[in-house]
Amino acid sequence: MVDAVLDGIQPLAGRGLWADAWRRLRANRAAVIGAIVLGVIALAAVAGPMLAPHPIDAIYWDRVTMAPDFALGHYFGTDTNGRDLFARTLYAGRISLALGLAATLVSVAIGVVWGAVAGYFGGRVDAVMMRAVDVLYALPFMFFVILLMVYFGRNPLLLFVALGAVSWLDMARIVRGQTLSLRRKEFIEAATAGGIRDAVIIRRHIVPNCLGPVIIYATLTVPNVILLESFLSFLGLGVQEPMTSWGVLISEGARQLEGGQWLLVFPAGFLATTLFCLNFIGDGLRDALDPKDR
Amino acid sequence: MSAASILSVRDLQVSFDLRPATLFGKRRRLVAVDGVGFDLAAGETLGIVGESGCGKSTLARAVLQLLPSSAGTVVWLGDDLGSLSPEEMRRRRRHMQLIFQDPLAALDPRMTVGEIIAEPLDAFEPDLGPAVRGARIAESMDLVGLNPLMINRYPHEFSGGQCQRIGIARAMILKPKLIVCDEPVSALDASIQAQIVNLLGRLQREFGLALIFISHNLSVVRHISQRILVLYLGRLVELAPAEDLFVAPRHPYTRALIAAVPVPDPLIERAKPRLVLGGDVPSPLDPPSGCAFRTRCPKAITLCAERRPETTEAGPGRLVACHRWRE
Repeated sequence: MVDAVLDGIQPLAGRGLWADAWRRLRANRAAVIGAIVLGVIALAAVAGPMLAPHPIDAIYWDRVTMAPDFALGHYFGTDTNGRDLFARTLYAGRISLALGLAATLVSVAIGVVWGAVAGYFGGRVDAVMMRAVDVLYALPFMFFVILLMVYFGRNPLLLFVALGAVSWLDMARIVRGQTLSLRRKEFIEAATAGGIRDAVIIRRHIVPNCLGPVIIYATLTVPNVILLESFLSFLGLGVQEPMTSWGVLISEGARQLEGGQWLLVFPAGFLATTLFCLNFIGDGLRDALDPKDR
Repeated sequence: MSAASILSVRDLQVSFDLRPATLFGKRRRLVAVDGVGFDLAAGETLGIVGESGCGKSTLARAVLQLLPSSAGTVVWLGDDLGSLSPEEMRRRRRHMQLIFQDPLAALDPRMTVGEIIAEPLDAFEPDLGPAVRGARIAESMDLVGLNPLMINRYPHEFSGGQCQRIGIARAMILKPKLIVCDEPVSALDASIQAQIVNLLGRLQREFGLALIFISHNLSVVRHISQRILVLYLGRLVELAPAEDLFVAPRHPYTRALIAAVPVPDPLIERAKPRLVLGGDVPSPLDPPSGCAFRTRCPKAITLCAERRPETTEAGPGRLVACHRWRE
């Protein structure tokens, strides 16, 4: 037989979508560079504040709104309160990245499962599940956050809960729509006819085939969450001084555009770079997960 | 009918309730399959023919319980499939598989060929080791004439004929007792059609498979089937052993169908008497009274409009639904 001859040349081990996707992702230059840059930013955010020459909450009265000065160790300058912007920007990265990624993961996890189950089973299940989403949509977000704060006190963990609780709603709707169109496809019928369990069909057929829009939407959710957090902080419901986040730094910097451009440029640069990286990774993932797209 | 019958369908009816077009419009009911019955013996091939829209695919899906039937029974090895719980039904799917008209659409674009073929295996024999599983996949691919080295390719890299082979390999991996083929060759080139039909015939002889072979192409059905069921507007028109049907069709519709089969010889083809049916297939939403075929039937009489013809025995193993089949 042929395989006796070719044995050892090409292994007959079966591969799956994920192994193939990982191989394709590594071959995608933009995605790899994006991942490396994002890794560096994450590392700087975690380790940076410890390495920075100044603590985040030290106030230097004689150095208010000072331009970047390497001799004094203020690589990014100081803010209107005389605090070192370098340390604060890196520290802010912790909060923004953690919030952005955690809320997005929550939104993907809940939204994909919720939407896929509702769309796949359809009928009454779909009606009940999607009406629940509608009800949550109708709830004013600020009202929801204020209620949480009143009941549980101010707690950074609540921010995660609040942001996660709203961000999965769109995802659920997107995935449900995708699932509705997938459910009519013949390969889903083939799986049903082949005796595959519903849960397995959702996991193996529905979810992987929804991933393209899910990934794109997830990369758009990260900046949304980061900006939403700065809005909450501005209202006094988010992170509080001396802690800070990119969103907070950017909104403060925007007010000092005359005379203190660095206050906007550095935090905004970090946020923009992070988002670029996420977009490249997201694009790479989407392409890697689509075997046809090569 | 036969003692070794594995599948027995009685008076099967499938209907769909259509939503009214306007808010206060009346709900309409489309009867896609109306009172069809047949038996299928182990290792036998039953061909189902009819024009497009006559309910062939609906019938197949209702037999496999992929669509709910509104009346009638489907008995598989003594079990009434309609009365089983979803999980009990799922277990029985091991022995009844389906292959599709559009071979590419029936394969998940994000799965490798190996995974696609192994899917029923993973569902029913999940505890196989990777070596045994791999060997079973390779065996099934070999069986349908696919090179097992292509295990890691994706469906879009294959031609239509190869995709259909992948579908057959998936259906065959559990060695089922029945495969329902829903127009398996209609989307393929003529040269590939013969290969796929021959492949199905070979698998049937080797493994004693029963086949339900659906097609609108009478020549293909004649080639592979022992018995043929003719459908018109969701109703059984005639059921007969393949050769008898071609030699002596009893129903005027069957006669017209057979007359329409092209003969690959221009002299014979030209000399052949024409038996062209006038008009179109009536809408199944509003079927004619009495016999569904009477609006196009050259032999229709007033009785045909008044009473629906019973399905009657017309010779050994033959059923026909016509008031005037004797003439």
